Amino acid sequence: MLEGFTREVDYAVDESGKYTSGLSTGWEVKTSALDLAWDDIHKRVTEAKEKVLGGVASPVLFFMELKLMDPSILSAYTGFWQWQVKRHMKASVFKKLPDRKLQKYADLFEIKLDELKNPFSK
Amino acid sequence: MEIQFQHIQSAHCENGVTTNLLRHSGMSKINEPLAFGIGSGLFYIQIPFLKVNNAPAFSYRTMPGLIFKRTCKSLGIPVERKKFSSPEKAEEVLNACLEAGQPVGCQVGVYYLTYFPKEYRFHFNAHNLVVYGRENGSYLISDPVMETVTSLSSAELQRVRFAKGALAPHGQLYYPKEKVEITDAAIRKAIVRGIKKNTSDMLHIPAPMIGISGIKYTAKKILKWREQLGVKTAGSYLAQLVRMQEEIGTGGGGFRFIYGAFLQQAYGYIPKEELLKISEQFTKAGDVWRSSAVQAAGIFKGRITAEKDFRDMADYLFEVAELEKQAFKALEKIKWQD
Repeated sequence: MLEGFTREVDYAVDESGKYTSGLSTGWEVKTSALDLAWDDIHKRVTEAKEKVLGGVASPVLFFMELKLMDPSILSAYTGFWQWQVKRHMKASVFKKLPDRKLQKYADLFEIKLDELKNPFSK
Repeated sequence: MEIQFQHIQSAHCENGVTTNLLRHSGMSKINEPLAFGIGSGLFYIQIPFLKVNNAPAFSYRTMPGLIFKRTCKSLGIPVERKKFSSPEKAEEVLNACLEAGQPVGCQVGVYYLTYFPKEYRFHFNAHNLVVYGRENGSYLISDPVMETVTSLSSAELQRVRFAKGALAPHGQLYYPKEKVEITDAAIRKAIVRGIKKNTSDMLHIPAPMIGISGIKYTAKKILKWREQLGVKTAGSYLAQLVRMQEEIGTGGGGFRFIYGAFLQQAYGYIPKEELLKISEQFTKAGDVWRSSAVQAAGIFKGRITAEKDFRDMADYLFEVAELEKQAFKALEKIKWQD
């Protein structure tokens, strides 16, 4: 996973029992833990997409998952309270939100307002 | 404008920033294991009430910022540390430092850190780097986990300095305020102080999820995860346990190996045979952390998922807890004055 990016320093004892540091390209076990974290993320994104298409959840949920965020991070960046953010994830509430509020989400997700409203239209 | 700054790569970001800033201030004897040990960096906590990436959060090292603070304090080096509410002010102060020839440590968020590969960019806000100059509107960056120096535009740097969420950096910057001549006697004193503080952090903080008791706490939780959460979620939790053994780092138990290296160096300053023996105990603890990670990988990859496999996983952690307990108790018993 680190290949082509950087190598990392690690410490190990040599034959004489003395600690030295060296460079490695990472450890397979850790890479697989990272892979699993990404599998989980992709799964959550897919589930969120289905909920939005099914009319249950709003695009805020989908983009939150896509950007690896959670309600507390959305709240910190947008200035909304967490309970507001959670409401905004309901399709019914989202529909009634003014553009002024939606724009905050669009800015955070780095997308146009249009894309926030119609994320899967392409 | 560029400050002459030597970039030395390290296993962990705050160790590296501390080491490189202190070396810049003239302390040529400092290196990563010494900074980590003097700063009492070794730790364990299962962080209560916090979920990261929908799984519990663990840390294997002390709170962000503490390694730099404790290392400087123990060595008698005065520190400047500032947080900001205004990004403009934060940039102004940074520029003023650079004008004055002072490289500066900054706490940043990783998610918007453009030179990191996407796979590593989570919303983790306790990364550290050094800004050591400015050229054509870009800032020159020494990020200690990278092999070489890099750069960020002014806007990119602002964004990572003002990342939001848990552990938000608030533009935080820090640096050693003045050059101080560090004698070997001062280093000896700082080493003893660091070891004592680390011993007390791991053995004597009266909270169940911290230190040695914290490792056991997690082990006991693991015993219940399979039934409570199901194999899938329990696997994701275990993956997080492995992933957090370091952010970008050496893999299982890396901090334990750095501490082992520290104790060997400590022996160079304070020739007590016990230090070498205890160093070996930390190597052993690091090895068992590694074995635990391998076991965890077996579980989260779905290769071994029986109840017995979770018990074995917990047993690794109980074994680590016992090893580290014995090691710290041995450190506690050392008589430094004689």
